[in-house]
Amino acid sequence: MKRISGFFVGASAAAAVLAASLGAQSVSEINYDANADLISLPSYGEVAGVATNSRGQIFVYARTGHAVATLGDERTFYHGGSRIFQFDSSGKFVKEIGQGVYAVNFAQQIRVDPQDNIWIVDAGSNQIVKFDPDGGYLMVLGRKPENIGVRPGTGMPASAPDVEAARNTAAPERGRGGEGGGGGRGGAAPGAGINGDGFSRPSDVTWDRAGNIYVADGYGTNNRIAKFTKDGNFVKTWGSTGAGQGQFNQIRGIASDAAGNIYVADAGNKRIQVFDGNGTFKSQITNIGTPQAICVSGGATQYLYSSNSNDPESLNGGDIYKVQLGGQVVGKFGKAGKMAKEFGMVNAIDCRTENDLWVAEVWNWRAQKVTLKR
Amino acid sequence: MMRRLSCVVLGLLIGAAPAFGQAKAKATTPEIPFDSAANFLKLPPGLYMGEGTGVATNSKGHVFVFTRSGETRLFEFDQNGTFVKEFGVGSYGFAFAHAVRVDKDDNVWAVDEGTNVIQKFSPDGKLLMVLGKRPDPLEQLAIMPGGGQYSGGNRPYTFHRQTDVAWDPQGNIFVSDGYGDSRVVKFDKNGRFVKAAGTRGNGTLQFSTPHAIAVDQKGMVYVADRGNSRIVVLDNDLNQKAVYDTVGAPWAICISQGAHPYLYTSNSFPTGNNFDQAGETGEIYKMELDGTVLGRFGKAGHGFKEFSSVHQMDCRNPDELYVAEITQWRVQKLTLRPPTRTSSGR
Repeated sequence: MKRISGFFVGASAAAAVLAASLGAQSVSEINYDANADLISLPSYGEVAGVATNSRGQIFVYARTGHAVATLGDERTFYHGGSRIFQFDSSGKFVKEIGQGVYAVNFAQQIRVDPQDNIWIVDAGSNQIVKFDPDGGYLMVLGRKPENIGVRPGTGMPASAPDVEAARNTAAPERGRGGEGGGGGRGGAAPGAGINGDGFSRPSDVTWDRAGNIYVADGYGTNNRIAKFTKDGNFVKTWGSTGAGQGQFNQIRGIASDAAGNIYVADAGNKRIQVFDGNGTFKSQITNIGTPQAICVSGGATQYLYSSNSNDPESLNGGDIYKVQLGGQVVGKFGKAGKMAKEFGMVNAIDCRTENDLWVAEVWNWRAQKVTLKR
Repeated sequence: MMRRLSCVVLGLLIGAAPAFGQAKAKATTPEIPFDSAANFLKLPPGLYMGEGTGVATNSKGHVFVFTRSGETRLFEFDQNGTFVKEFGVGSYGFAFAHAVRVDKDDNVWAVDEGTNVIQKFSPDGKLLMVLGKRPDPLEQLAIMPGGGQYSGGNRPYTFHRQTDVAWDPQGNIFVSDGYGDSRVVKFDKNGRFVKAAGTRGNGTLQFSTPHAIAVDQKGMVYVADRGNSRIVVLDNDLNQKAVYDTVGAPWAICISQGAHPYLYTSNSFPTGNNFDQAGETGEIYKMELDGTVLGRFGKAGHGFKEFSSVHQMDCRNPDELYVAEITQWRVQKLTLRPPTRTSSGR
């Protein structure tokens, strides 16, 4: 992240000119309204995910409160740090679900499947949890590392902490000293998300029409998609780290269309790759900035939305693209900022209907309802 | 064991820098008489003060206290000291309180150096804006412990243990940042980065723990450069204009409102310091904005009318101050009376 942000700062002037000359001419602006006040979090924090169900109820997965370390028998355990909130269609808070659930640690995404089941993706526990429409537990994928590997302290100030290195090593280093530490390498099938070969900061989940489950895995070192049956049995995995077809550099989102095509937000390569349900590469979409949150709308004619989420150290970009499934850009809307109608690192888009969206913002600690206008 | 070692190192660092010591103006400055209402704030049963790191008032005289209790919490009291409400219960941006400020529209800004976040709340407690970002806890795991030291990242939109916030009349936002950086950051009123100035050191446009910040009605910026025992005055574009270095180590500074604003600064008794140094620190100075010292009051101590590591002051009314203390868990309301020159002239 440090290296990436450095690049962005250095190249920002050139990038801005480039974006202006390319973007302004070729991509039309979509008029829109946004309401940042429709829902109010019972406890403030970074909104990583937002999703609606078929009844218009709204679910939010937010990083709020604090992750807590518990000192144990020569090990340190951790829990907490995120919460799941449910609101009715008018935005009124209804209830919290998943209180105290083992996997709820560092919110990354929330999605509602066609049967209104609620799925959370947690990058701290490296788990995906399926709840029924009322919030009851149904299924878990992946295993949480049993404990965190806190390095012994030296008592000396750290020399400029390298956050990039930390990100790359945190997941594998955690979970030592216990059977089934999520990050450890073992004999299990790659990508199975179970004992011996866990997810590495998974970012998102989607389903095809048969109910097969596709996990975006993710922000960490794996750079792969893991496929499971609707019952949670591992089917296969595809992908590796790189820039070629079927390779990924930080997968931040995943979505599927009615035909069962799988769209993967390959953020580091600034593209969305499209696969069939067996992982065969079909095409890629490259003119939409850095995709972070992606969503395929409902309805007879489906559209793909993709957020060109702003780099952490700038308020450049931030626009959300509306794209035909074939890859042609219809238009875009919004920009990065901290005011109403602006976007602070969009990490989730819900697009159940084509022109009524919910967007979740990590930096602005809110979810906005966005209405696109003709 | 390791923790104790780090404390020793920290102690040596503090010892090396002029973080405490006798202020040059102390002996020649007239004494201002004052009274204190130490138990002014009435907490409901079951709520306790922790380290009093932040205090501020709004236009109605309500008092806001940002405290490191079991959890870091932000309380509001009315002008009589009666508890009103709590802000941001369970917020992701509360881990280690540092300062609270109230802007001209009575919005409440909470500066938290445990999460590197500044939250702007409306008067009724709704979150309006977030500056900075809490570091990804997963990334923290691999680098702990040892974080939180000066690293000079100087990034536009993330802080490193930032300490305070202030605004100019146009609503531009100024942040002193802080323990991990040594700079002042300017944002426009919409939270967009304008510029940053300052590195670690003791030269021009250098700071050693810029610990508090205030902006006057002309938009001049006053930085409490605690580790260098000086107040550095910057213009609105963050160019250095003046240095006031006769009033000890400024832990807390504030500028009063009204036609004739005054600058107050606290030469606070350092947290954890040996009490044999108490005689040399702890006093608060009243100054003109141009640096002229008008008077001083108080001394270090845990007792009534004494100051135990004053960490933040509110001086909306120049004769009625609120001071928050670290090593005595309280907020005192002070009423200043007209100054009298001490007979001894010391």
